[in-house]
Amino acid sequence: MISLRRISAIVLRQTYLLRGSPVRLLPLVVWVAIDMLLWGFMTRYLAGIVPSGVQPVLAILGAVLLWDFFIRIMQGVTMPFMEDVWSRNFLNFFATPLRVGEYVAGLVLSSILTSTIGVLVMLLLAGAVFGLSFTAYGFVIVPFVVFLFLFGISFGVLGCAIMLRFGPAAEWLIWPIPAMIAPFVGVFYPLEVLPAWMRAVGHVLPPSYIFEGLRTVVGGGQVSTGELFLSGALVFVYLIGALVIFWRTYRHAVRTGLIARYSAENLA
Amino acid sequence: MPPILSVSRLKKRYSTALAVDGISFEVRPREIVGLLGPNGAGKTTTISMVLGILSPTEGEIAIEGVPLARERSRALSHTNFSAVYAPLPGNLAVEENLYVFGLLYGVPNLRQRVEELLKEFDLVAFRRTKSGALSSGEQARVGLAKAMLNRPRLLLLDEPTASLDPSVARHVRARIREFVTSGAGSVLWTSHNMHEVAEVCDRVLVMSHGRVLLEGDPRTLPARYGHKTLEDLFVAVAREPLCVREEGA
Repeated sequence: MISLRRISAIVLRQTYLLRGSPVRLLPLVVWVAIDMLLWGFMTRYLAGIVPSGVQPVLAILGAVLLWDFFIRIMQGVTMPFMEDVWSRNFLNFFATPLRVGEYVAGLVLSSILTSTIGVLVMLLLAGAVFGLSFTAYGFVIVPFVVFLFLFGISFGVLGCAIMLRFGPAAEWLIWPIPAMIAPFVGVFYPLEVLPAWMRAVGHVLPPSYIFEGLRTVVGGGQVSTGELFLSGALVFVYLIGALVIFWRTYRHAVRTGLIARYSAENLA
Repeated sequence: MPPILSVSRLKKRYSTALAVDGISFEVRPREIVGLLGPNGAGKTTTISMVLGILSPTEGEIAIEGVPLARERSRALSHTNFSAVYAPLPGNLAVEENLYVFGLLYGVPNLRQRVEELLKEFDLVAFRRTKSGALSSGEQARVGLAKAMLNRPRLLLLDEPTASLDPSVARHVRARIREFVTSGAGSVLWTSHNMHEVAEVCDRVLVMSHGRVLLEGDPRTLPARYGHKTLEDLFVAVAREPLCVREEGA
């Protein structure tokens, strides 16, 4: 049976780390604040040169905020996992009654804890300094946020599986993932400007539909229900796929002894 | 009384290498069993399998009758371990580590239990010190305090006194001996310190090349195989395991 106490142990560990080290807390706030300021002033500038009726704050700053939200969620999952990598803690954790599902649940809850801090800072800056209000998007923002949250969890769990399989050095494969996805999902531009092959990749990535939908709403149009469902279905495929891959990687690690010996560069 | 740990025909193969070759043994209630052998004999592989972090190629492990392969979480809830190669996360304070692992092991009255262990292992002064900032001996004591958190029925100790000075090592041996005599549980202990093994263990299993070659009382076993001390017997096993077995046959 799933134990809430064991899940809370993973969250408590992350809370202790944040409490005991401002160095861990600072990036949660600083990077999102820099992003908001940079893109906030950019949109303010654009608002002065584009024709009236176009709303750069809603179209661009809103997109930046949602994309940063995805990144925070993903890194919120991978960061506590990396803490276990850096402190060589897998042996200690997995020799306890902790189940792998409880461990992943703990990582997800830790992500919610840490990303909430960043999101609050983003909302505060975007609202107070640049006048962005999410109510302007209407209720459709709710599924957008939920889908991006689940997509962030999926890639966070996938990132953990990659590190578990290929060792600590694989950390360098994880950090650039959002930057690698961004050009394909049209965070700042419509998919139609992309060449056909990039558009094809974009169509299997759920955020594409979210950012297209966001631009549609800003332009005064209606979001296609079919595309919203397609985005939701794709998100669930990614989520289940990531969980299955993590489970299979964990089983492989237990079979081959990677969990017992996880420490160095010799595992790739 | 049923055994605390039952290992049956356990085998572990890594591609072509056979690390553990069909070993069977038991650890009975209130018994300290020493698992001895030269480097590469298969001791740590065996302990890893008992801890559930390495799956056997063949064979079965049961802890208090609970099969580890099918009911891993339940079987491990009455187990704990301490090993020199598995220090607790150095970026957490001593008491933080104990709270986190206490939750993982489902320890009741956790706050009280942590206080007891901090006193028992002389760690009160270090409760807010990051574990990684402690000396290796102090870290070993934190590891042992963690290992006692859930009052385990089966305690696995992989060279628990390797980094301790003789005085602290003696104290730790006494604590573990007391843990067993008070009826709390049993211990599977690996060590390269044969004097320590002879002092602490009720029974030893001597492994080489993945097999258990010898088994018996560490105080009488050397004489049975024509050696004066356990260390002499160990050296003989490490150098020529087959000869030792033939002499004893």
